[in-house]
Amino acid sequence: MAFWIASSPHNHSKAETSALMRLVIYAVLPGIFAQWYFFGWGNIIHILLAITTVLFCEFIVLSLRNKKNIRKQLFDGSAILTAILLGICLPAIAPWWISIIGAVFAVVVVKQLYGGLGHNPFNPAMAAYVMLLISFPLQMTSWQPPLALMTIDLDLANTLSVIFTDFTKEGYSVQQLRTSVDGFTMATPLDTLKTNTGLGLTVFESMENSVFGEHFSLGWEWINAAFFIGGLVLIAKKAIAWQTPLSFLLSLFICSFIAYSISPDSSASTMFHWLSGGCMLGAFFILTDPVTGATSTKGRLIVGALAGLLVYLIRTFGGYPDGIAFAVLLCNMAAPLIDQYTRPRTYGHQTKEKQGEAK
Amino acid sequence: MSTKTETKLPTINDDTELTDTVAPDEAALTLAKQDNKDEYKELAIQGLWKNNPGLVQLLGLCPLLAVTATVTNALGLGLATLLVLVCSNTTVSAIRHWVPKEIRIPIFVLIIASFVTCVQLLMNAYTYGIYQSLGIFLPLIVTNCAIIGRAEAYASKNPIKQASFDGLMMGLGFALVLIVLGAIREVLGQGTLFDGANLLLGDWATVLRIEVIHLDSQFLLAILPPGAFIAMGFIIALKNAIDSYIKQRQPKKSDKAIERIRVNFDS
Repeated sequence: MAFWIASSPHNHSKAETSALMRLVIYAVLPGIFAQWYFFGWGNIIHILLAITTVLFCEFIVLSLRNKKNIRKQLFDGSAILTAILLGICLPAIAPWWISIIGAVFAVVVVKQLYGGLGHNPFNPAMAAYVMLLISFPLQMTSWQPPLALMTIDLDLANTLSVIFTDFTKEGYSVQQLRTSVDGFTMATPLDTLKTNTGLGLTVFESMENSVFGEHFSLGWEWINAAFFIGGLVLIAKKAIAWQTPLSFLLSLFICSFIAYSISPDSSASTMFHWLSGGCMLGAFFILTDPVTGATSTKGRLIVGALAGLLVYLIRTFGGYPDGIAFAVLLCNMAAPLIDQYTRPRTYGHQTKEKQGEAK
Repeated sequence: MSTKTETKLPTINDDTELTDTVAPDEAALTLAKQDNKDEYKELAIQGLWKNNPGLVQLLGLCPLLAVTATVTNALGLGLATLLVLVCSNTTVSAIRHWVPKEIRIPIFVLIIASFVTCVQLLMNAYTYGIYQSLGIFLPLIVTNCAIIGRAEAYASKNPIKQASFDGLMMGLGFALVLIVLGAIREVLGQGTLFDGANLLLGDWATVLRIEVIHLDSQFLLAILPPGAFIAMGFIIALKNAIDSYIKQRQPKKSDKAIERIRVNFDS
């Protein structure tokens, strides 16, 4: 009889991929609820569309690759989470084919062509979002204002009608939906700020626009707060490492703080940067992706800080109003290199400097 | 028996003698023809499939990816490259005995550059629209590695006929890849085929324009260079898939043949 001797680590966490993914999906729910509250049914419809497409594509690719146990891989939650993250990022009243094309690209090209779960160098949801943003700039920037500011009532039936036919039941177009009472097209706070600063207005002057609401940005601040809470739950449950979001938020805070203290007229406040766009979603749900992010503790700190810097630079100097997706992709590219240089010391081995001393 | 064979032998000998005087030449000729045929066939297979400059050697990727947004552009560049490749291969092969080995590359480049200049001037004169849309990539044919590669690897060592045929086949292979890539990108990007073909082929070609699907908004990724990379990846993957499928089918046949022999032995 042979004794079975296992190598370390001896203490395993029994978590499966599907359990982890399910936890992340639960943690996204408050954010989705906030989105539904402020922007209507659009995102939920897009999420459902994306989930259907993703499962369909995943099934086809897995059977083409002659994989066994397709059912388990199909429902491990990774594809569904990708679809949910993609659906959250899309403008609520984007046409239906946007989420379908995005979902197909995310699963077939970004995930499965590279070898499936665990082998993809880029975050599928963000890569698909960037693909859509580059390919269909008009549809992907047609953000509607929060429901409270809209002149047209956008209920479930109307939203469905806009997504599938481009017009509401009464015949209003997407462009008309985005028009405010005084005839201006309303954009997201980040977009408005960018345009206004380009026109030479100060931040305080542009903040008077109704999309900013009373505090930082109407609706968006609560959505970001909801994602923040979800992220805290994930950290408490140890589903994600705290290093990435912390260093990301700190880095973005420091960058915007420096700019704000030097010239408050032309740069937005630190809290505005934290609570607008996809900041919290990116910090807690996308940068922390275990497959495409860094794996060492130091590496995670560096990746987070790099992402924060990139987001600030893209938001302030770049051509697009928000830069989370681009920053995430750039960091995904840099992650393997960062990991290589921040590999922790193996127990029992000496660091290079100490080795030099010993010699 | 023996006498019969003896009597027969001379006649056979006569025959063989008669044929002997002619046969070596004829046999050699047919052999040479066979060889030639085989060589040309091999050249064609190499250029169009096995050693395709676009798909396998991955040469000349820059123009391949940059100008294939539409079939018309791809066809224009493909034809220009084809012409330059055939002419340069022929010339390089014709002067191969007098070119000093040490300075052959500059000479090849000069020859290619002069042909490219000819093609460029011709396109400027007769197909001005396509000349404009190809832009810098037309003069850049000079630096297309597929052309200098063929001059160096094949034309400088082989007779004119084979060299020019090799140029034709390699050029055709390159042009075909360009056209397929152009077709994929044009259908995905604009939903059309042969849009603007009149710029290349004259006014009658406007009828060639096919609207495959009506797209309200262009799929910009397919038109932009990253889309070219992705589409090219898919084409190469398809080629490799076909190759491995053919490979898989071949050993099965030989297996069956062996089995039959065994059966015969047993019985």
